[in-house]
Amino acid sequence: MEAILLQILNGLDKGSAYALIALGLTLIFGTLGVVNFAHGALFMIGAFCAVVMQRLLGLSFDQVDPSKTDFLGNPLVVQMPYVEKWFGPEIGAAIIDWSVPLAIFLAIPVMIALGFAMERGLIKHFYKRPHADQILVTFGLAIVLQEIIKYFFGANPIQSASPEAFAGSFDFGVLLGFDPNVIIYPYWRMVYFLFAALIIGGVFAFLQFTTFGMVVRAGMADRETVGLLGINIDRRFTIMFGLAAAVAGLAGVMYTPILSPNYHMGMEFLVLSFVVVVVGGMGSLPGAVLAGFLLGILQSFASMNEIKSVIPGIDQVIIYLIAILILLTRPRGLMGRKGVMED
Amino acid sequence: MFGLSAKDTRFLLIVMFLTLATPILLQPFPENSAMAQFNAGYPDLMQKFAIFGIFAIGFNILFGLTGYLSFGHAAFLGVGSYTVVWMYKLLSYNILPGLILSIIISGLFALLIGFISLRRSGIYFSILTLAFAQMSYNLAYSVLTPITNGETGLQVYSNDPQMLAGANAPTSPHLFGIVMRESSEFAVGGWVFTFNNGYYFCAIIAILAFYLSMRIFRSPFGMMLRAIKTNQTRLNYTGLNPRPYTLAAFVISGMYAGLAGGLLAAMDPLAGAERMQWTASGEVVLMTILGGAGTLMGPVLGAGFIKYFENIFSKINDNVLHSWFAFMPDGMEDFLVALVHPFVGKGWHLTLGILFMMVVIFLPGGLVEGMQRISRLFRRKKATKPGGPDHEHHPKPAPHVAE
Amino acid sequence: MTISKLTRRGVIKTGAVTGAGLALPTIFTSAASAFTNEPTGSTVTLGFNVPQTGPYADEGLDELRAQELAVEHINGMGDGGMLNTFSSKVLDGTGIMGKKVEFVTGDTQTKSDAARASAKSMIEKDGVVMINGGSSSGVAIAVQGLCQEAGIIFMAGLTHSNDTTGKDRKANGFRHFFNAYMSGAALGPVLEKAYGTDRRAYHLTADYTWGYTQEASIQASTEALGWETVNKVKTPVGAGDFSSYITPVLQSGADVLILNHYGGDMINSITQAVQFGLRDKQVNGKNFEIVVPLYSELMAEGAGENIKGVYGSMNWNWQLQDAGTKAFVKSFGEKYGRPPSNSAHTCYVQTLLYADAVTRAGSFAPCAVAEALEGFEFDGMGNGPTLYRADDHQCFKDVLVMKGKDNPSTEFDILEVVEVTPRAQVEYAPDHEMFGGGEASLGECNNGA
Repeated sequence: MEAILLQILNGLDKGSAYALIALGLTLIFGTLGVVNFAHGALFMIGAFCAVVMQRLLGLSFDQVDPSKTDFLGNPLVVQMPYVEKWFGPEIGAAIIDWSVPLAIFLAIPVMIALGFAMERGLIKHFYKRPHADQILVTFGLAIVLQEIIKYFFGANPIQSASPEAFAGSFDFGVLLGFDPNVIIYPYWRMVYFLFAALIIGGVFAFLQFTTFGMVVRAGMADRETVGLLGINIDRRFTIMFGLAAAVAGLAGVMYTPILSPNYHMGMEFLVLSFVVVVVGGMGSLPGAVLAGFLLGILQSFASMNEIKSVIPGIDQVIIYLIAILILLTRPRGLMGRKGVMED
Repeated sequence: MFGLSAKDTRFLLIVMFLTLATPILLQPFPENSAMAQFNAGYPDLMQKFAIFGIFAIGFNILFGLTGYLSFGHAAFLGVGSYTVVWMYKLLSYNILPGLILSIIISGLFALLIGFISLRRSGIYFSILTLAFAQMSYNLAYSVLTPITNGETGLQVYSNDPQMLAGANAPTSPHLFGIVMRESSEFAVGGWVFTFNNGYYFCAIIAILAFYLSMRIFRSPFGMMLRAIKTNQTRLNYTGLNPRPYTLAAFVISGMYAGLAGGLLAAMDPLAGAERMQWTASGEVVLMTILGGAGTLMGPVLGAGFIKYFENIFSKINDNVLHSWFAFMPDGMEDFLVALVHPFVGKGWHLTLGILFMMVVIFLPGGLVEGMQRISRLFRRKKATKPGGPDHEHHPKPAPHVAE
Repeated sequence: MTISKLTRRGVIKTGAVTGAGLALPTIFTSAASAFTNEPTGSTVTLGFNVPQTGPYADEGLDELRAQELAVEHINGMGDGGMLNTFSSKVLDGTGIMGKKVEFVTGDTQTKSDAARASAKSMIEKDGVVMINGGSSSGVAIAVQGLCQEAGIIFMAGLTHSNDTTGKDRKANGFRHFFNAYMSGAALGPVLEKAYGTDRRAYHLTADYTWGYTQEASIQASTEALGWETVNKVKTPVGAGDFSSYITPVLQSGADVLILNHYGGDMINSITQAVQFGLRDKQVNGKNFEIVVPLYSELMAEGAGENIKGVYGSMNWNWQLQDAGTKAFVKSFGEKYGRPPSNSAHTCYVQTLLYADAVTRAGSFAPCAVAEALEGFEFDGMGNGPTLYRADDHQCFKDVLVMKGKDNPSTEFDILEVVEVTPRAQVEYAPDHEMFGGGEASLGECNNGA
């Protein structure tokens, strides 16, 4: 019982990451009809926004500390962050400590700008091209983006811790009447789950309750008619691309304390996010979210020792197995619409 | 000749010539010149060109003709390799039984996966094939270690049975005594040309594979496949069931992939699980699109292009750069080295990514279109009549962007 | 057109590098090359095959730096580094047997196939006589097999699996790096001292060959202390989120978590284990502890704060105080502005040892070089007196037990040396069951063509 509860918690968290990435990917599919293989790279760039923020806040001047020596035996040069100088050591340290949440404010403009640039500079030329060409060009872009990141940040994962206030874990079990230490859950993962819920809710509300969202939804359903009505749908689609990039980026920023960012992480999420989107059904936003959580939870269950001992290696293949089963029983995924990406 | 039209026969003969002359064509620079770095005429790379050419030709029969984009073809490549190495372990280092079996087994595997995956089309089909291939890879890497030797890769050990191996049989892959890794070298002036048994074996098979794909392209069966790509609905209305045709195309291309995988193990007796990873499946997709999907020669060009970058550009390090620019004044030399540095050696991925984008932006039909544009330009000058659509070229060293 | 079956590319290559425009002979009438890529000109080429793309690219970069430095020292440039402290004195800074050392580099991508392709191109195109480096056991074993077939010497870089010099040992291959068994043997006594004999261990193991050998090694050595192994769970490589593997740990009643992970997997699993608060817990009346049997500098850097107080083992560390280490750290640090990693040390030392063995053997022939390395005892390369054992080509030397430092002063001393485990304690029989038992054999050494 405890084990199942725990794995549901784990699955919700994994699922929030999957859902956020798939949500952005589906926004692009649904609105623009473009297969974006660079979406994983956008997630990765978002994560590196957190690293950049950490570096920015950590910008320091050199101070020689004669009492210590470095590895060559010379007096040690200590780095003194400017923020600690400006705000005093305590507030300065606190600001640095909060660099991951603060990075949200960096990630939003950066990701929207990147999304605009991508759409205007590259993607818009590919609306009428075959999906295969879209795959090739966005895959090329993904490689270029990750190589640029590698050039500046190296290949090694970079630690970016959550604020001290969210370190450690919360004992859920005690609340529910279990023994202590049975159901514990890190604070940061709860933050991530709430954050994901907020973003998903925000995107849905935006599309549901604003005129802008209404037009975009109409455009998703029938682009030509909306164009004939004299509405500049192109500009709105550019904005949607920026929004999708921002969603992917935010998913990345907040995930860094759980998964140390490295330049390669986008590729690792790419395949997975496509599976999630397809299982959810192409072009369906609720489908993407549902599939994200479903796959996250099922993957967590498959990782349980009790199940692994019966079917060895099931945790390695569960996602793909579920994808096959769902696609064979529901031809367009869980909530897919007819005619989207079937040619 | 060969049951082909005169134009196709000429095309095939040119391909045969280029393939057989590859060891000379890919060695355009003398050994002692700074440009020797760009020579690609050594056995391993030539074998890779031929083998991945076969892989891409086979993939193109499915994707180029029917439009079904499989993201799981690497699984068949891996199955082919494992089959051949297992035959080494059980029988002997003779490559023939393994190669034949690798085609059969990968064909059966393709039949199974194709039968299930082809129930869906479009991206749903792509994801189904991807899922099967990723499952194969993940299991081969971990749980199936007793069969695949996991991360280390399947290889022959001295205590393997090798039941058919004679006392004096070669201890590396061979075809009835012709050892695959042996080569003859010819030195002419500053040039050295390597003629490798393994390469010629692959080359002959590649020519056969190319010929077969040519026949398929020109056959009524090929027409049917194209019809599926153009308009499947209309085909349904005419009372034809396209499924058996697509399944046949899927199995044929799976067998090509199995053969390619088998050849990889025939040239080098080791089968690694990475061969089945999605990146490997993606690679053949990229090769085909890059070269020009649906054309006969495109996939081979794409395969050559990618393999060339992987093997030649990744080896250019700062020392090599310095030796190229050594004739310049010091400051200029360092500046140029610093300029080129991010694009070569450990940055070869970056160059590849940029070239992917350039090709697809400026040459929507892939490299083949580039070739056609050049040849059209050439012909206009000569004011001859326009020729056929499939102008062919052999994988040549890619443009030397780093010069 | 002159036909000569006997020509080796190395002949032309080496003759060619010295002077462009030098008229080259077109007929090679010299006797058949005795072995693959026999260098006949004034230079000899070594191949450095390291990961330059993919997750271990930074480690590969550090290996490359060390190898370049070694070539400099062998060619008599720079301050000579460990050549000054090395107990064998045959290298005099004029290259190897009077031939200037050159090198080519390649990218293994940490994939067996790519690594073999890169190694083949070095052998077939560049005419190398030896290949050095790498950052994974799968790759090391794959390339070692290739070098055995081709007839050149292979020296593995970072490879920790028992198999490399165990069931997959090869006559043409040598390993300076230590292995999983040695990690277990070195960690055992330290863990006993720190955590006692009554402990319950839970293993999380990367689901591939290296993971299996390390799990078996650590299990054997901890069970010998009297520890109980509660559970061993395999985790997929690159799992990213390990939460569903970590949460059952506390319920299992275990009080030690052993992470048989490397690289990114290790960074993520330890970060998440700490996040779940495992290290703040009390189980069975004891503090819950985490052990990472194999450490590397880059992993420690990536895991940051989370490894404070966590024990692990290493092949070598720049903080050692012997003369050889100091000399190497000085020349590496002055050139690159950072201390070398332990895989860099391995690659550096192997390059020097290869040069030394060739000089002592008086020949580049792989069999002669292998014979000179077999049973070779030396000192002054860090880790004290060292032996290259003839039976399995494994290097035996002192092994370091490390611990995450509480107050590191720079990014380079996140780990501290807790104990230098003497060589005798990590030795084992060549036919040990973890190393392929009696069946494992080096085979015949191969000179190639």
